[in-house]
Amino acid sequence: MSVGKPLPHDTAPLHVTGAARYVDDIPAPANTLHLAFGLSTVARGVLNGVDLTKVRAAPGVVAVMCADDLPFANDVSPSIHDEPLLATDRVHFVGQPVFLVVATSHLAARKAARLATFDITEETPILTVDEALAADSRFEDGPVIWSKGAAADAIARAPHRVEGTMEVGGQEHFYLEGQAALALPQDGGEMVVHSSTQHPTEIQHKVAEALGLPMHAVRVEMRRMGGGFGGKESQGNALAVACSVAARATGRPCRMRYDRDDDMVITGKRHDLRIDYRAGFDDLGRLTGVDFRHLMRCGWSQDLSLPVADRAMLHADNAYLLDHVRIESHRLKTNTCSATAFRGFGGPQGMVGIERVMDHVAHALGLDPLKVRRANYYTDMAEDATEGGPSAPPQRSLGSSPPPEDISGKKKEADLTSRGGPDELNRVVVAEASGQTTPYGMAVTDFILNAMTERLADQSDYAARRAKVADWNATQPVLKRGIALTPVKFGISFTLTHLNQAGALVHVYQDGSVQVNHGGTEMGQGLYQKVAQVAAQAFGVGMEVVKVTATDTSKVPNTSATAASSGSDLNGMAVKIACDTIRDRIAACLAELHQVAPDTVVFAGGEVTVGGDTISFARAAQLTYESRVSLSATGYYKTPGLAWDRKRGQGRPFFYFAHGAACTEVVIDTLTGEYRILRTDILHDVGESLNPALDIGQIEGGYVQGAGWLTTEELVWDDRGRLRTHAPSTYKIPACGDRPEVFNVALWDGANREETIYRSKAVGEPPFMLGISALMALSDAVAACGPGYPALDAPATPERVLAAVDRVRRG
Amino acid sequence: MTISFHLNGDRVDLSPEVAPTTTLLQYLRDQRGLTGTKEGCNEGDCGACTVMVTDPDSPQGVKALNACILFLPQLHGKSVRTVEGMAGPDGQMHPVQQAMVDQHGSQCGFCTPGFIASMVTAHMTGRKDHDTVLAGNLCRCTGYAPIVRAAQAAEGAAIPDWLTDTPPEVAASTLAPESSDELAAIYAAQPDATLIGGATDVGLWVTKQLRQLDRVIFTNRCADLKRIESGADTLRIGAAVTMAELLPTLKAHHPSYAAMVTRYGSEQVRQAATIGGNIANGSPIGDNPPALIALGATLHLRHGDTRREMPIEDFFLDYGKQDRAPGEFVEAVTIPKHAQRLACYKLSKRFDQDISAVLGCFNLSVEGGIVTGARIAFGGMAGIPKRAAHVEAALIGQPFDEAALARAAPEWSKDFAPMSDMRASADYRLAAARNMLRRYWLEAQGAATNVREVRA
Repeated sequence: MSVGKPLPHDTAPLHVTGAARYVDDIPAPANTLHLAFGLSTVARGVLNGVDLTKVRAAPGVVAVMCADDLPFANDVSPSIHDEPLLATDRVHFVGQPVFLVVATSHLAARKAARLATFDITEETPILTVDEALAADSRFEDGPVIWSKGAAADAIARAPHRVEGTMEVGGQEHFYLEGQAALALPQDGGEMVVHSSTQHPTEIQHKVAEALGLPMHAVRVEMRRMGGGFGGKESQGNALAVACSVAARATGRPCRMRYDRDDDMVITGKRHDLRIDYRAGFDDLGRLTGVDFRHLMRCGWSQDLSLPVADRAMLHADNAYLLDHVRIESHRLKTNTCSATAFRGFGGPQGMVGIERVMDHVAHALGLDPLKVRRANYYTDMAEDATEGGPSAPPQRSLGSSPPPEDISGKKKEADLTSRGGPDELNRVVVAEASGQTTPYGMAVTDFILNAMTERLADQSDYAARRAKVADWNATQPVLKRGIALTPVKFGISFTLTHLNQAGALVHVYQDGSVQVNHGGTEMGQGLYQKVAQVAAQAFGVGMEVVKVTATDTSKVPNTSATAASSGSDLNGMAVKIACDTIRDRIAACLAELHQVAPDTVVFAGGEVTVGGDTISFARAAQLTYESRVSLSATGYYKTPGLAWDRKRGQGRPFFYFAHGAACTEVVIDTLTGEYRILRTDILHDVGESLNPALDIGQIEGGYVQGAGWLTTEELVWDDRGRLRTHAPSTYKIPACGDRPEVFNVALWDGANREETIYRSKAVGEPPFMLGISALMALSDAVAACGPGYPALDAPATPERVLAAVDRVRRG
Repeated sequence: MTISFHLNGDRVDLSPEVAPTTTLLQYLRDQRGLTGTKEGCNEGDCGACTVMVTDPDSPQGVKALNACILFLPQLHGKSVRTVEGMAGPDGQMHPVQQAMVDQHGSQCGFCTPGFIASMVTAHMTGRKDHDTVLAGNLCRCTGYAPIVRAAQAAEGAAIPDWLTDTPPEVAASTLAPESSDELAAIYAAQPDATLIGGATDVGLWVTKQLRQLDRVIFTNRCADLKRIESGADTLRIGAAVTMAELLPTLKAHHPSYAAMVTRYGSEQVRQAATIGGNIANGSPIGDNPPALIALGATLHLRHGDTRREMPIEDFFLDYGKQDRAPGEFVEAVTIPKHAQRLACYKLSKRFDQDISAVLGCFNLSVEGGIVTGARIAFGGMAGIPKRAAHVEAALIGQPFDEAALARAAPEWSKDFAPMSDMRASADYRLAAARNMLRRYWLEAQGAATNVREVRA
């Protein structure tokens, strides 16, 4: 049995010896050229021209390309073709690529790129959500509004009400490996591209467009990334396309990596937003109605902002049953870098809003916030329930609405495999759900957070520690502690339903070794190892027999991004299906040779037992080969049961929910606002774990990254739209000493109710939101300083904590 | 002239054509194909490029350094090991490498080579303060817990014999004079040259500002500039003493200063950065000057054979402007061995390896309850490291009590008009500075004020 074992990451021995190769480590031919972008220094304006004389004359420069030099599509957008590789007539943010330098070294290209003189007529940039609202600068025609019940009436009639505003900052991915690409021109104009990307098919698609080639002429390979976190779902397009057009123009291999400062200035980040909320509630803190307004700052191009903002709305309930709720979401267009995918994909932004409401309600009533949270929880699934998914009442078809128009007016191929791609609304049939439902009408049938919270509160000794914290605070003039326990319920599936598919290609060789390929990419999460475990399990062989090879668009086509936590759910299943196909062929072949029934053939321990004989798996493979039976198969999987009508905000966008809960204790310094996380206890639901070691790694890392988002990771733009925090010297992700000194992580011991790969659950994104407990613990500590409500914004830097301390003291 | 060092056990003699501002990271990756060492930020903040250096000229012996801002001439006469050089001759893993595999310490693996270099170095030197050792290695995947578990798991393992390096014997290089006399002569003759100590600042001129430095002189081989001389009541610290080398002395004499220095940069930065460089660059946010001003340090400058000295606060004239003539350099700084109560408070968004938003250093003498002397100095509050003269005046001659804090409160804005930037707003800086005096006073009463001393 390989599934369920806590095996190390498959590449760990190569990581620790420096032998693991990333895109910029791939040896390239000696004549390889290096690229750098010349960047706009202005946030908004008319681009009249660029004087490139000094750039062209700089040492080592081989070519300089502007928009007019591009042979075909000047577009790296994953959605509506609104993102030129190189600026044309206007510039839209500070850091927008305007021209491309091709030089003999990375340094020569970087030096030359700074020598241009721009002729730009500056205009007043739209930088903030207030400025964007005032100018009605937005994507889509107006706000998206989803509702359930009658929120306004319910709030008006409620015994108690709170309202407030919360600013929530964005987040830089800070993948340790910056964006990188390498393009190798082939004969016949074809192109091979190595790209640090979560979405090889997207790269293939954009490169093909840029070269005027069919997709079959472009092959993209990705073995591993040095971190992705969503930042390599669409943001690698520009580098791969730049390398490809430069390689086509020069006939030489071209490689590009962003210097860290360029990376942080150019590429998109997590969407920051403002959340306005109003809530009505009863004496126990049960919400009778709640109204949210999300003001999402999307930046200059659409990128993936629509599905991100959707997912924020889809997580506005988190773990709470809301009968009367209204969510209004504005997707605002600003002259800043284009906000993009980041672990949780909007979910964290939606979730932090309702957690803020719970905290505020508890404060208003003087109740333990955990009591208020639990009073609002969905009901746990019945113990005896075995069927997953919503019940199946009669289905009704929606009126067909026309497909969305291409607002760019340009005739281009739809980006079908992108999350920013078009939605096929007219085909959706949404079933009416019964029982407890989310604000978007999906039945919640697999909820387990009541039991999980009970256990975590017990294991973390929450009640006693809460009392101790209060006692301690009463004796301390300067330092105050806080504690909070918050839940996570995260929806698993791409909300663009058709992306929930995956392919695999499996070969068994005559020596019994197994080669597996699938559409998922490895960014550190251990996907390759989990998939290898699935394959080894299917053939009953040891892990050493299985090799997972680099993700390659020529092996598995039309892949979805490795995103939405879907990697092992989708690709694991596709690989299992392929392996099962081959195993069944081997079984049938051997059964025929032994004149027994195929289902009596047993694969285990590296051996195959058939009709009383036991042979090695390698021998079985040989016999199958000699019998002229194929030992190669594809596997294909699509997630069942999904039906989502985005326009109405109704349906079942998710296959299931993953759950978790975290209890965090902090201490703050009321003189400076500094703080420490003292202890964190986590209980997380990964279903039946495929690999508990890798899963715990995702949970620990996700928590720290989530806590970083809400504490020290502050992005600062100045009034001219320049990002001031564009390097690790100014942008502070958690360091080693910032992790909780006491850090207990446990896995919940229940299986997924849905038929996922070995009943496991996705784990990539959900743990990120456990970090919300750190923000709520800080709020609790600040609340100990006076009568007022902290109303703590995020990131809760020491400065914001000190301001909140002042606020609560004033009452 | 030739720069020579050992790389993973093999001698390297650089061709004289290699530019002296070539970084070790460029050299490893571009010229040697040693791509295990990674570029994460190219400014010494992420640690992905960390290597282990054996330095016969330093009491530290082996040290972890950031290769991205380490110029090749700084390696003259030293030995370097990259991640590729940590395993044994037959490929057997170093105990730290094995522990990282066993404890699931790598996910994406990109930061891992740097962590390995830091951890192997710490293992060789018997360090167990892992959070401090690893503060300069950023990891975005793991949340650090499994990495620290790996470091702990390897603590007891024997140091592999294959790791002991004996740096090469080398000839003197004109790029790196061997004494302050030699340095003084070269620099007086070439006053337009750039002096480079640890390159933790100048390195970024090259890697980020892309500046061309035509003449450079390295101070790290000036043996007499690397001394700490103990007098009757004073310590004379040579300009080329690194912060890591200074730390044990500070721990013995000025523990609060020492505690602040453990948050100064990171292990890799402290192993490179020199106290002289931190003074000479005149940065308003350098962490040493406020402490030195509060201690009443004396700065020693030298030009050729001419020396002069001054109270260190007089060195900082204005933003970007110091009292230093062309060809003149910081030779040493002298500090008292004792202070009645020196407290250094560093305030930053992140505790470790973050540039201070505010750094406040307080050194008050209180006799019979009355303040008899006050030296209060701040970084991050003005264009230069600066004393809080008005606040000091409001305190001197008065009882040190809560009323004194109130009396001093309006004085702060007379001393400082800080700016707002990405690190902090002006109001916050001023409020925090004021509260630091309160903290200093509360500490005297025995109140708990340090979040780092609280445990769950």
